[in-house]
Amino acid sequence: MSWNDVTRGPVRSELVEQARRIGTEVARPHAGAVDRDARFPFEAAAALREERLLGATVPVELGGLGASVAEVAAMCTELGKHCSATAVAFAMHHIQIACMARHGMGSPFFRAYLTECAERQLLVASATSEVGVGGDMRSSVCAVERDGARFRLRKASSVLSYAEHADSILATARRAPEAPKNDQVLVLLTKGQYTLERTTTWDPLGMRGTCSPGYVTTGEASSDQILDAAFGDIAAQTMVPYSHVTWSSAWLGIASDAVSRARAYVRADARRRPGVLPYGAPRLGEVTNLLQTMRATVFEATAEYDAMMREPTPPDHLSTIAYALKMNNLKISASQLVGKIVLECLTICGMAGYSNDSPFSMGRQLRDALGAALQVSNDRINTTNAGLLLVYKDD
Amino acid sequence: MNDTIRSILKEHGRLAVDVGAIADDADLYQAGMTSHASVNLMLALEGAFDVEFPDRMLRRRVFESISSIRAAIEELTGGA
Repeated sequence: MSWNDVTRGPVRSELVEQARRIGTEVARPHAGAVDRDARFPFEAAAALREERLLGATVPVELGGLGASVAEVAAMCTELGKHCSATAVAFAMHHIQIACMARHGMGSPFFRAYLTECAERQLLVASATSEVGVGGDMRSSVCAVERDGARFRLRKASSVLSYAEHADSILATARRAPEAPKNDQVLVLLTKGQYTLERTTTWDPLGMRGTCSPGYVTTGEASSDQILDAAFGDIAAQTMVPYSHVTWSSAWLGIASDAVSRARAYVRADARRRPGVLPYGAPRLGEVTNLLQTMRATVFEATAEYDAMMREPTPPDHLSTIAYALKMNNLKISASQLVGKIVLECLTICGMAGYSNDSPFSMGRQLRDALGAALQVSNDRINTTNAGLLLVYKDD
Repeated sequence: MNDTIRSILKEHGRLAVDVGAIADDADLYQAGMTSHASVNLMLALEGAFDVEFPDRMLRRRVFESISSIRAAIEELTGGA
């Protein structure tokens, strides 16, 4: 760990080193093809499996590495420097494992499944979005239909990342056909228990390697595969903060990489004409300031959540409006900053940044960065915050 | 107090069921109260009981049932 990383919380440096190596040696060389062909980053996923990092968040007692959220966040940043799709898919997978590990440890089925995740380095996808709920994760149309000791589920997801490459899908659904839209549970469907019918095409501006078209998932499984805990608690304590911390950490990787390129560009310019301050140098100063702000925002939120996750029982603070506002603000700040930083870096690198075939190209980074403000729309989050602020006192 | 809470809940809780039909300790979120509705409920309760819920009380558990809401208001009004 470098001094730069100290404030993120305690992190095992070997995990970060592994992610850095995979990022540099595996993810980076394929990032262009992953982006161009909008295909899954198979090579990076295989390398992460080989280093047993897909089981990183599985508790040690179940055969995993017991990685903390700060450790996953640090790995996301390293991967994000080289291939945003790899970093974001890695984040999404660990969000699912974390939900099961934090809320399913009382269930023999989920303990056994987590053990299998570590043993076989399984990849878990997330089906929270749904056609017809207008982007509200806390509402479901589909419902768990119980039949004796089994249940059936049919869910039309508007996006379902890397679904065709996953070993299982963790989905939100209403608790029962008669339950209101916000009375949700999480259910796991494993390979062989479900079919996927692709319903949309996938040709987005960025984050193309996450492979996230819409699908109808139809499945049937044992009722043991329904997580008992109320999804409202899982969302507040784990899914939402874990997502915002790890995604913003992945975006921090994109921003760091863009600034590194811009710095190299300005340096090369300076070396050509010693004594003359390159045109891009003052802007590089400004963008470095923005990166420091982004890093501080992401690290502080990571360290705080990491500390709360280390408590034996989840602190009440996780379920407060104060904390929901803070996490929403983390998402908004980090997603805005990454777009702004990469755009500034493009300006610094000029035509070299604008060219897709230059070592200073900002094309992929810019397109990936711009998605951050849209996936869970910042406008939606700001509207939610506006409502919460009517009762929040900051006392 | 429970009657006042019930009437506020009826107006702002947007429950999927009739407020009269739910028990004091029934889970309001399972009865269909969304986060958005819970904020309106908090505002209406603050207005009706002339209290301000401090931030430590602004969490799911405090507003999950008629009983828990009553306990919170009693704490703020000194059990009146």
